Amino acid sequence: MSEAFRDGLRESALYDRTTIHEIQRAAREGIYDIRGFGAKRKVPHFDDLLFLGASVSRYPLEGYRERCDTNVTLGTRFAKKPLHLRIPITIAGMSFGALSAPAKEALGRGASAAGTSTTTGDGGMTPEERGHSDMLVYQLLPSRYGMNPDDLRRADAIEVVVGQGAKPGGGGMLLGHKISDRVAEMRSLPKGIDQRSACRHPDWTGPDDLEIKIGELREITDWEKPIFIKVGATRTYYDVQLAVKAGADVIVLDGMQGGTAATQDVFIEHVGIPTLPAVVQAVKALEELGMHREVQLIVSGGIRTGADVAKALALGADAVSIGVAALIALGDNSPDLAEEYAKIGTAPGFYDDWQAGLDPAGISTQDAELAARFDPVMGGRRLANYLRVLTLEAQTLARACGKSHVHNLEPEDMVALTIEASAMTGLPLAGCDFAFTPESFARAMSSPEGGLMIDSTPP
Amino acid sequence: MSATAGTVERVDLAATALRDLNQRLHDQAKAAEPIGHWQILNPSGAHALACGLDAPIEVEIMGHAGYYCAGMNKRATVTVHGNAGVGLAENIMSGVVRVTGNTSQAAAATGRGGLVIVEGDASARCGISLKGADIVVRGSVGHMSAFMAQTGRMVVLGDAGDALGDSIYEARIYVRGAVKSLGADCIEKELRGEHRDEVAELLAAAGVEGVDPGEFRRYGSARKLYTFHVDNAGSY
Repeated sequence: MSEAFRDGLRESALYDRTTIHEIQRAAREGIYDIRGFGAKRKVPHFDDLLFLGASVSRYPLEGYRERCDTNVTLGTRFAKKPLHLRIPITIAGMSFGALSAPAKEALGRGASAAGTSTTTGDGGMTPEERGHSDMLVYQLLPSRYGMNPDDLRRADAIEVVVGQGAKPGGGGMLLGHKISDRVAEMRSLPKGIDQRSACRHPDWTGPDDLEIKIGELREITDWEKPIFIKVGATRTYYDVQLAVKAGADVIVLDGMQGGTAATQDVFIEHVGIPTLPAVVQAVKALEELGMHREVQLIVSGGIRTGADVAKALALGADAVSIGVAALIALGDNSPDLAEEYAKIGTAPGFYDDWQAGLDPAGISTQDAELAARFDPVMGGRRLANYLRVLTLEAQTLARACGKSHVHNLEPEDMVALTIEASAMTGLPLAGCDFAFTPESFARAMSSPEGGLMIDSTPP
Repeated sequence: MSATAGTVERVDLAATALRDLNQRLHDQAKAAEPIGHWQILNPSGAHALACGLDAPIEVEIMGHAGYYCAGMNKRATVTVHGNAGVGLAENIMSGVVRVTGNTSQAAAATGRGGLVIVEGDASARCGISLKGADIVVRGSVGHMSAFMAQTGRMVVLGDAGDALGDSIYEARIYVRGAVKSLGADCIEKELRGEHRDEVAELLAAAGVEGVDPGEFRRYGSARKLYTFHVDNAGSY
């Protein structure tokens, strides 16, 4: 920009270079932009919250000496065999097809080493991921690619996918160049064609049908498996209440920042609400039903650090889930591949063409040569390291707040850094004694003095 | 494993929990001598009846069934002596599921193998996302039947509703009666000798006699939506 300014050039805020480029591309190619990754726009997020560490009024726990537990049990409501995770961070659903077989194997290896679960995706269950995942969640998606009762019984939990954060209301998409022989066989599709998978389930519509569908899944699996319902964050309060009514053991809530292997950019950036307000709505819905902690809540969409983990838990989630961050941990967008990225017109830190199947890291590809570059043992090790770092970071923050279990973190431990985050979470603004909520406004407006600053009601 | 012949195990759902019934049926998969013939009395439209079976047994449901009857069936032969609700034999893997009456929406949805026979009519979305199973409907099928059907075969002796075979992949559809309209990318194709043989085979498997396979018309994919082209954008 400074260079342009020197030359007397002025870039439009409305028609910036990215926008102009996209108009030109659309005019040239005649198809919407399809890409991977998640939303790239800036939205209110966990970064807009801060923890209040303990001091005089609270005392902290000693790092390394006083315990801060991280275990979580999922599926305590109805399932005979709930999932017992050592850490409250799971691996989100990502399909074989979107990802290479060795990448799926690495996710299983890393998750198992860290004591957590991984999840299939819109392409069925592969022996690689089942074999390398101590705990595997099997997704039931609208496409039902590869769905079969043997895999249902082989799974440790079943996730009914209603939507995902990157595209609530949208179906799956896998472009022809990723439909290899093996992918085609697993999905019962001809090789090399564009997969157009449905956005609605073929055999149920609405919460009443969903309840019956869940009943069937429980009957097929003899009531053993926890049943998750995954929703993209939109009308979260209502969706969560309906999912509980439909019989979910666990709600998986994916905010708009949630990743995808292939979705229209317009969908990724413009549909759904951010994870931050979604988790608050979900917890409110569960609390009002008396089901908070009875039905567990897993939150995903932009979980990158132990701080994100801790903040999601403090807002009331039981666990979080990672997708994009897990792929980055495996080696996606690595600077080591800068030259290779340059050859396909991108660079480390920007690569999002996961739909294209040209991934030089061998992760988001079905090209046998590219996939063979990826070492699943090394990838699994990196993922396990990353999961352990996230856990250590979350524990550090929890101990600083005086908590002996990460689940003991609570909203009271946090403040908001922005007015938006305060309004979305109901947390007080840092250094102030009020939150930007309808209630605090109503109190302020009805006080004799008027104005927010004199409202001293504890938040 | 060989099923025990001769005896009929009767389970009265008025006195037995569905969960216990399905558990007993599932246990036949591992039983040294499975009970080969079951009759379910008083089904009263219960959902998820006889779903998830995986044994070469015969199950007769003596009345109407609710949603997802015989869902994900493997190897078993399930007969509903009555009508069946939504998602009959959804995702069937193998075996045979027969309904003597009518069935609701999404019959044999995503079915991957085996045979589903509806002696009456099937409602909307019959054979939706079909993945290899065969369907024979003696009556008619409702709108959007064989929507996105990937592979497998559907034979309809009566009529088909609107948008038959919309967005179809490689499944083959045979209809004897009238088709109200075809869905996107679904076209009529020539009925050649091998197709007449195929229809004859499916009719025989379904126990349908006295029907000339030459009376059917064949429908399948024009394959224009297989790879995106902007000139076809109106069909998406």
